Amino acid sequence: MGRKLLLEHINVPGINTFDVYRSKGGYAAVEKALKTLTPDEVVEEVKKSGLRGRGGAGFPTGMKWSFLAKPEGVARYLVCNADESEPGTFKDRFLMTYIPHLLIEGMIVASFALGAKTSFIYVRGEMMPQIRILEKAIAEAKAKGFLGKNILGTGYDLELYVQPGGGAYICGEETALLESLEGKRGNPRIKPPFPAIAGLYGCPTVVNNVESIAAVVPIINEGGDEYAKLGIGRSTGTKLISAGGNLKKPGVYEIDLGLPAEEFLYSDEYCGGIANGKRLKAVVAGGSSVPILPANLFLKTINNEPRLMSYESLSDGGFVSGTMMGSGGFIAYDEDQCIVRNTWNFARFYHHESCGQCSPCREGTGWMEKVLHRLEYGHGKMSDMDLLVDVSKKIEGNTICPLGDAAAWPVASAIRHFRDEFEWHVTDAATAVTRNYGIAHYADPLTVEV
Amino acid sequence: MLSVQDTNTPVTFSPELIGKFADVVSRYPEGKQKSALLPVLHLVQAEFGWVSPPAMDKVAEYLAIQPIEVYEVASFYTMYFLKPQGKYMLEVCRTGPCEIVGATPIMEHIEKTLGVKEGDVTEDGLFSWRGVECLAACGFGPVLQIGPEYTFYENLTTTSVDKLISDLKAKANN
Repeated sequence: MGRKLLLEHINVPGINTFDVYRSKGGYAAVEKALKTLTPDEVVEEVKKSGLRGRGGAGFPTGMKWSFLAKPEGVARYLVCNADESEPGTFKDRFLMTYIPHLLIEGMIVASFALGAKTSFIYVRGEMMPQIRILEKAIAEAKAKGFLGKNILGTGYDLELYVQPGGGAYICGEETALLESLEGKRGNPRIKPPFPAIAGLYGCPTVVNNVESIAAVVPIINEGGDEYAKLGIGRSTGTKLISAGGNLKKPGVYEIDLGLPAEEFLYSDEYCGGIANGKRLKAVVAGGSSVPILPANLFLKTINNEPRLMSYESLSDGGFVSGTMMGSGGFIAYDEDQCIVRNTWNFARFYHHESCGQCSPCREGTGWMEKVLHRLEYGHGKMSDMDLLVDVSKKIEGNTICPLGDAAAWPVASAIRHFRDEFEWHVTDAATAVTRNYGIAHYADPLTVEV
Repeated sequence: MLSVQDTNTPVTFSPELIGKFADVVSRYPEGKQKSALLPVLHLVQAEFGWVSPPAMDKVAEYLAIQPIEVYEVASFYTMYFLKPQGKYMLEVCRTGPCEIVGATPIMEHIEKTLGVKEGDVTEDGLFSWRGVECLAACGFGPVLQIGPEYTFYENLTTTSVDKLISDLKAKANN
């Protein structure tokens, strides 16, 4: 059984309220940080913890904080990225719904460390219930003296606000999020300058994921060194994995990083194996943007080592035989699932969500969707697979933000590992289409030629 | 059925709504009131069911920004309706994890039950529906949410969808 640092009290009735959360030791990290530590000492603890950003990029959080410019007389901001919308990822919704005060406590500690007097939680607009939950929790914390003027008599002031988004996946990219928070379209900014130098309103800003900010609470409570003892190598601490797809027990799990992938997938403590007695066909380990892996490569690396749920082990083999931890959005596919159909579905997602600012992404995601659509509907050509790989290469690395990469990797990896299935969709299209849609859909005319 | 003929109907913002606008604007530094644009558009949509051009013009006036700044934002984000919708908008997640556990049959069932295509409004003005991209509840699919409250429903079956629709009809008639 791994340590539960974030979800320890998740099943306690009323843990979403201030009083119950407080009775379980909640807000002790705020007291410790504001009363006994300096802001720099808080940053140092986070550095020592080895915490890596839990939103997907995996950049060391403490280092990110230490980059924050601190010019005199200029406001600094902390913005929580709660724009969760990566297919496969639902851990942040879970945290905000069931234990909102953990996030608020983390926001107070992190804001103190960064010298922010005003902080925002940018929540995906569709999550209106979670917005209401957070606003209620913020009001409770403020009424108890943990927000507002002179928090706990320490002289530190902080106002915390919830900002709803408008429905755009791209706003999960930190500079697009800042644009959106400024009341604009969510078009990513060119970096540099990075937000640590010029972020919200041109001021130094840190943008962190919900889980990263929540993790600051146990780091301060237990100390950075203790946190770093959990996990493996440079993958320290615990990680929330949101598990979906064809699993017996889908849900959000907190694991010690380094847990064997096989144990996570098949043990009763976690996913419990594949539903309905089926076999595992493939896995997306870190949200839809990471390369898909066939079952054998998810369970063991190319060197026949057991695959571990850690940043390093999941990426062992690079993009040829490995993948990424990403956001921890885990999707399992059973033997009946069609990889072509799933790849088309993801391609449609990225085409829909491209902000349109960069030509390779705006045009390329559309091309990939159209080619995959015709493959799925039985109108594909054998040359389509090479065409898709070519288009994905032309998108990857050629856009302002990582959405282009996120769109390209699932397509390229699906063809790399499941090319025979794509070819089967061409050579035996009628069977393939019938299996996925029923024969009535086979006649669906495809008018778009690429 | 509601139609886009209502596009130019003048709108009036009530003092209560203006009060909510002011509360939002107070969160940001002086001169940065444009940050309130997304939350204010949500408030307008909750009040009127959609964001019409006259409403957007008034929002621009209130926030002291150009109307085009409001139009470009309203048209960029998927949550803002630029034409009237049904009183209840059923949004079904159609992305990967929900799709593999049955989102497509759920959407087909809703289309058949309501008798309108995606994006259209039922004759009685009560319902619209559409497929949307990932709703971030991938372990509990298929899922849908229902505006304007954005109530959320997981592990859908055709039976549970039927009950949702009949409950909403009963609610609207009371």
